[in-house]
Amino acid sequence: MITIFYASALVALVATALAITRSNPVHGLLWFVVSLLAMGVIFYTMGAPFAAALEVIVYAGAIMVLFLFVIMMLSLDRAAAARERSWIARPVWVVPIILVALLGAELARVFLHGAPGASRVVSPQEVGVRLFTSDLAAVELASMLLLAGLVGAFHLGRKSP
Amino acid sequence: MIPWPMPTGLALVLFLLGLLGLLARKNLVFVLMSIEIMLNAAGLLFISAGLRWGDPDGQIMLIFVFNLAGAELALGLVLLLRLRARQPALDSDDANLLRDAP
Repeated sequence: MITIFYASALVALVATALAITRSNPVHGLLWFVVSLLAMGVIFYTMGAPFAAALEVIVYAGAIMVLFLFVIMMLSLDRAAAARERSWIARPVWVVPIILVALLGAELARVFLHGAPGASRVVSPQEVGVRLFTSDLAAVELASMLLLAGLVGAFHLGRKSP
Repeated sequence: MIPWPMPTGLALVLFLLGLLGLLARKNLVFVLMSIEIMLNAAGLLFISAGLRWGDPDGQIMLIFVFNLAGAELALGLVLLLRLRARQPALDSDDANLLRDAP
């Protein structure tokens, strides 16, 4: 199981690194989908099968495909890809890399001083029971959030007068 | 089983990759995607914490993170489409006026 975890972690890291450095948005998004599928495997090896199914079905399957459809509606041409390549080629990466490396070093230092703990498989049944008993108010709030997103997207997406 | 610092560290690295993309890229499609990467890394952190304590709350929080990501992405993509209708390049530098250019 640990070998599968490390292999999936490697796939997730490489795919994410490729996703944020592509010049073509569709290529970048497909790399990100690969990263999400690897993340689903990671969730499964960590004892969270329900989260693994959600990751593949909801995130990679629904949210990312919505993203992909909208990008295809944008109809970016070859000139856009060339312009994008010129943006990436410039040394814009230097300062962000320094800042992110600094933040990463700080956080890694915090994580290295933790103690290992016990683990077990958390079944979908436990998740469902907890979700619809003690966390019911949060479910209602989540539905309100989705409604707000729906109304907002509908309002912004109207044809302008 | 997997020791919990491993997925926690992975979540950290993925979050920083997302942050790097957010800081360095100018194309708004990639900015949105970097936000998704960071949200997903936060979800992995929740799952990792759930593994540490053997508790279903981590997976419940992941569901709410997905919920948030879906709502955020719907609004972000609509804004992207509106912006695209007005200017040819999805450059974040060109979208700093929030109104028609004078």
